[in-house]
Amino acid sequence: MLAFIVSRLLQSVAVMLAVSFLCFVLFNFVGDPVSNMVGQEATAADREEMRTELGLEDSVGMQFLRFLVNAAHGNFGKSYRLARPVSDLIVERMPATLELVAAAALLALAMGIPLGVLTALRRNTIDSQAVMTFSLAGVAMPTFVIGILLIYVFSVECKTWAPAVGLPGDWCFPSFGRGETEKIGGWTTGLLTASGLKAIVLPAVTLSLFQMTLVLRLVRSQMLEVLRTDYIKFARARGLTNRAVHFRHALKNTLLPVITVIGIQVGGLIAFSIITETVFQWPGMGQLFIQSVQFADIPVMAAYLVMVSLIFVTINFFVDLLYAAIDPRLRLDRAQVGTAGG
Amino acid sequence: MFVARIAALAAAALCAASVADAKTLRWASQGDALTLDPHAQNEGPTSGMNAHVYEPLISRDPSLSKVPALALSWKAIAPDTWEFKLRPDVKFSDGTPFTADDVVFSYNRALAPTSDFRAYISSIKEVKAIDPLTVHIITNGPNPILPDYASSILIMSKAWAEKHNVTKPQSFKDKEETYAVRNAMGTGAFTVKQRDPDVKTVMAKNPTYWGAKDFPASPDELVYTPIKEPATRVAALISGQVDFVLDAPLQDIARIKQTPGLKTEETAQVRSIFLGLDMGAAELKYSDVKGKNPFADKRVRQAMYQAIDIDAIKAKVMRNFAAPAGLVTSPGVHGYTKDLDKRLKFDVASAKKLMADAGYPNGFSVVLDCPNDRYNNDEQICQAVTGMLAQIGIKVDLQARSKTLHFPKIQKKDSSFFLLGWGVPTLDSHYVFTYLYQTNDAAKKVGGYNLTNYSNAKMDELTDCILKEVDQAKRDKMIADAWKLAIEDMPYLPLHHQLIVWSMSDKVTIPIFANDSPNFKYSKMK
Repeated sequence: MLAFIVSRLLQSVAVMLAVSFLCFVLFNFVGDPVSNMVGQEATAADREEMRTELGLEDSVGMQFLRFLVNAAHGNFGKSYRLARPVSDLIVERMPATLELVAAAALLALAMGIPLGVLTALRRNTIDSQAVMTFSLAGVAMPTFVIGILLIYVFSVECKTWAPAVGLPGDWCFPSFGRGETEKIGGWTTGLLTASGLKAIVLPAVTLSLFQMTLVLRLVRSQMLEVLRTDYIKFARARGLTNRAVHFRHALKNTLLPVITVIGIQVGGLIAFSIITETVFQWPGMGQLFIQSVQFADIPVMAAYLVMVSLIFVTINFFVDLLYAAIDPRLRLDRAQVGTAGG
Repeated sequence: MFVARIAALAAAALCAASVADAKTLRWASQGDALTLDPHAQNEGPTSGMNAHVYEPLISRDPSLSKVPALALSWKAIAPDTWEFKLRPDVKFSDGTPFTADDVVFSYNRALAPTSDFRAYISSIKEVKAIDPLTVHIITNGPNPILPDYASSILIMSKAWAEKHNVTKPQSFKDKEETYAVRNAMGTGAFTVKQRDPDVKTVMAKNPTYWGAKDFPASPDELVYTPIKEPATRVAALISGQVDFVLDAPLQDIARIKQTPGLKTEETAQVRSIFLGLDMGAAELKYSDVKGKNPFADKRVRQAMYQAIDIDAIKAKVMRNFAAPAGLVTSPGVHGYTKDLDKRLKFDVASAKKLMADAGYPNGFSVVLDCPNDRYNNDEQICQAVTGMLAQIGIKVDLQARSKTLHFPKIQKKDSSFFLLGWGVPTLDSHYVFTYLYQTNDAAKKVGGYNLTNYSNAKMDELTDCILKEVDQAKRDKMIADAWKLAIEDMPYLPLHHQLIVWSMSDKVTIPIFANDSPNFKYSKMK
């Protein structure tokens, strides 16, 4: 097991190094931040001086090496755009993104699993057909369109239709931002205020829709598969109630792959959140990244990409470990291989 | 007990009433100010935000005329010396009095190596405090338009800057953020209550503002939120979550105008959009014509000019939010006249004839460099031009890029044909001549944006004279001559002046500023 962990760790480090090097090669194509950093009156010499000062005249290899040395000291440099340390910016933005991602993941599970079970059990009914059609839209529609659509219906047009159906006019959702936030230690949260809770609804729904349909379809197909297995037939033969068969026996066995996929998808949610955050002006890391790309703010881009790849690599690493921990067969195989090898 | 409860209730009711009376104006635009440090970034949105907290010696009213701010009066007392008489009894919002020392300190700070205004006011040699309410600014040679420059330099408190260790503008070399990046303290109409860059900025009315009696109706609080996504910005305005949007996309203006409770204000912006031609190179870098430069021939430049159907661009691309231009500078700039701002006729037949006369009856090919995220509908303008030039045989290979790639490319003169827009912060024609028309000369620091290799000794001489001439009538004559020469030599093909449209709730009243920088002390909330 230890050898397995160590080898996975080394692989992770190699992946991280490769990703960050690729980033630096790509930065050559995002353009020159200096023209954004100095006024139009600046002379060519001023710009040259600025480039030299920032080390942008050095080769890619040199810039990468300097980044690695500084990063090893915990120093990601200062944002060219906001003149603030990158690590401060990321730490400030992280709570917004993580709260959004957590809310979206929760929503995806809370809606996806029951709907998946429902559509598997009531396969040919109208309601499950409707859910499946709807889920197709969830997979096919771009996040951007879903977000704008939700804003249009629930915050712009809402003012007209909400009173008509008897809802108060202030029932409508805000189209942007995080609402009022509260600070607990270094963590700003929007989950403790009414406006903050209201503000998270539309972005969380937008972000979760794709994952929700993914979970739904996964649970459904797993459920259908499991319902055909012998032990379910046996359970029925034992005269167990439908409820016990479906939820104690079938659902439990479908959840393992679902949890694995969700684990990996959390990384995806953080990446997907870039679009959702832009549409809803959600002040998280994704938005920080987009603004940095437009400004060619290299220190922020580098730190963000390295951090996202770190999240992905870490999640994958733990999913691998968890998999071995959860599924006894895997553990057994490995132990046997181990003994055979030894 | 009962009485106490009644008293408490009454007090609570009173508080509630005063809160309800407080007028908050919530506004949004695409991008936040980059910093609150008033000298670190010479960029429109940044200076506009900071001008609510810090003030210049001379400010601009809604018609962009110079009006006294921290200086009550100014005059040239010698060819190279301007005297500013300061406004007495002005206090910074922390209570310290404003004096000539603060002016000297602020100008020196704006001239520091890390200042982004260093090149802008490079004509200043020295700033001296004569007495607490008199300042002399000495320039390198005469500078008749120094007061126009003074309207961009914001004044900080020397004591505050020293206390917080921000006597120099922020630099990117330091590892730490300086105090002035997120904190500001000036003499202006507002104070900073909360500053979360990119998220939210709250400003409160400055109770000790010297001009409070002139602007009694300005809002008690300003809440600014940058909203990057144009559709979200418009949605926020329509759903009543913001009261004012600076930059709604042009295609949404009609929708906003139709919405009950919303209105728009529009005016010509001080920014002109034009095409630049590399007319001075021996051979074009990006063309199939070898051994000679077709743009060096004025007939070709004029043919291209006359092949552009500017009314079609105005109607189809700009949705009428543009004013066709014959000059590369806009109304509001000193030296601009309606007579000069006349276009050559759109005439494809004579354009074709000019091309044939110049020896290019079958045209040629050239690359057009265009930004796609800088000016209103910039890429679409270039697309339209590409189609129009094809009519006279010029095959344009359009290369549209982000501004972070476009500007460095054209600044290196790595372009034969490019789109550029030019605003004029000093509101004087000299700024246009010295950056766009004077022969590019790094040593003299002139012609910094003359990327066309255009060089005319007459133009250079006129520009130098305009800078130094103190006799206003003579100077105006020179400016007019220089514009005529610019039209004659035609290194640029003018397209249009941008229009700006501000969208807002009916509850808001604000005069529109042609520099696209709202000053909310002039605003009112119903």
